[in-house]
Amino acid sequence: MALRSSVTRRTLTLGLNSTRLLPLSRSLQTFSLPDLPYDYGALEPAISGEIMQLHHQKHHHTYITNYNKALEQLHEAIQKGDSSTVVKLQSAIKFNGGGHVNHSIFWKNLAPIREGGGEPPKASLGWAIDTHFGSLESLIQKMNTEGAALQGSGWVWLGVNKELKKLVIETTPNQDPLVTKGPHLVPLLGIDVWEHAYYLQYKNVRPDYLKNIWKVINWKYASEVYEKECA
Amino acid sequence: MAATTSMVTSLTFTIPSLGLRLPTRSYPCLKPQRRFVRKAASNVITATYELKAPPYPLNALEPHMSRETLEYHWGKHHRTYVENLNKQVVGTDLEGLSLEDIIIVTYNKGDILPAFNNAAQAWNHDFFWESMKPGGGGKPSGDLLDLIERDFGSFERFIEEFKAAAATQFGSGWAWLAYKANRLDVENAVNPWPSEKDKELVIVKSPNAVNPLVWDYFPLLTIDVWEHAYYLDFQNRRPDYISVFMEKLVSWETVNTRLEKAKARAAEREMEEERRRKEEEEGKPTNEEEDDDLEMYVDNDNDDSEAE
Repeated sequence: MALRSSVTRRTLTLGLNSTRLLPLSRSLQTFSLPDLPYDYGALEPAISGEIMQLHHQKHHHTYITNYNKALEQLHEAIQKGDSSTVVKLQSAIKFNGGGHVNHSIFWKNLAPIREGGGEPPKASLGWAIDTHFGSLESLIQKMNTEGAALQGSGWVWLGVNKELKKLVIETTPNQDPLVTKGPHLVPLLGIDVWEHAYYLQYKNVRPDYLKNIWKVINWKYASEVYEKECA
Repeated sequence: MAATTSMVTSLTFTIPSLGLRLPTRSYPCLKPQRRFVRKAASNVITATYELKAPPYPLNALEPHMSRETLEYHWGKHHRTYVENLNKQVVGTDLEGLSLEDIIIVTYNKGDILPAFNNAAQAWNHDFFWESMKPGGGGKPSGDLLDLIERDFGSFERFIEEFKAAAATQFGSGWAWLAYKANRLDVENAVNPWPSEKDKELVIVKSPNAVNPLVWDYFPLLTIDVWEHAYYLDFQNRRPDYISVFMEKLVSWETVNTRLEKAKARAAEREMEEERRRKEEEEGKPTNEEEDDDLEMYVDNDNDDSEAE
């Protein structure tokens, strides 16, 4: 990305982490949209390319934009010692920051079938699932039941309690990250059950989306996280 | 000791004529008005909340809201809320109650009980379809416009605020224009706006299934901002959906009619409370008090004391 010397320098914002220097302060890190490790259409027919593109380029991107905005306002408020604004911004940070955190995990939770999507977990995670839930099918059924029953918008998670080394299934509302359900919870897999995640393809039939998404779930990633926490 | 009063509130009940004792779940104290709907020649009572059709054909709001959206939104989502509500309510204390009563009871001051989501969503969607009409939009007139201008400064300011509320309801939910009569002591909910301001229009937003009935406001207008309401037509572009709704779909006639009803009911309530307050001041016994009290009164007046 060379800049021609005759052109005035402009801040690069697309695809790069940019830092902005504010007077008399540390620079504020802003966040940018992570690339997907696969094409938009690569998860078909489980999840349509149209959904993947909108989900990534519009929804996730908007969370990031608004998260950056809120962080900048937070930065200013902290500098000024404006506590009411600091507190007021918390919900915007939770919504948008949570949206960024959750979706960043979500893209890694998915993989095209030819790259291992849908392949059942083995090794320690596979064993832990069988021990705790009886079988993979039983885990899937439980998660799907929780996901289908969630009112409104939210996520259903397979997580691990890193203190107790135990697997858990949890749901969170809106964009609340899993950690809001317990400080020791680490997400292994999250399934987005906001309507934007499935509506264009599955309409109101969320259970069908939940049934099909397992065909493209990336258990390799979940295993890696599990092993790191429970080694 | 006081004898039992005439107002008995029971949380379980039998239905003697059928010889059945139905399984019941206890719900908080219910108001005495109940309607029972019984199927003829059947030993089973079924709850019968019905899916009402919108007051226009499903394609009538095009191009602003597509027929496809109405087919799914009304034909699937709304229908499912009603069907699931019926299944949830049958055989419980809630059976036979009006939809509004179920909503208030199961809201339970925010600690919501199982039937709330379906009941409230059934009501919300009825209210939503009726808030729109083909060839809607434009501007209200008369009392409604006067009140809007009084409480928001101008119609344009109102539009801005309403759109902002709808756009910033994070996740699923609704934005509302409501009529708030000053009533702080709400039986089964916590009024989020306890203020001295008397009788005014307010804009509120609510998450998921919650609606202003639970705060004892009178809803006048609503927009559904669950993603299913706009995703087929607008995808992620909620602000565009909101603009189109305001400019092309709102039925101001309906809002006006609702406002008139709300004002009338608020006035009725005020009169009722005034009457009750006067009675308490004058120390008149109400119908619920014991006969003992009356006798005390009589003793004092007539000097017919037995103790002498």
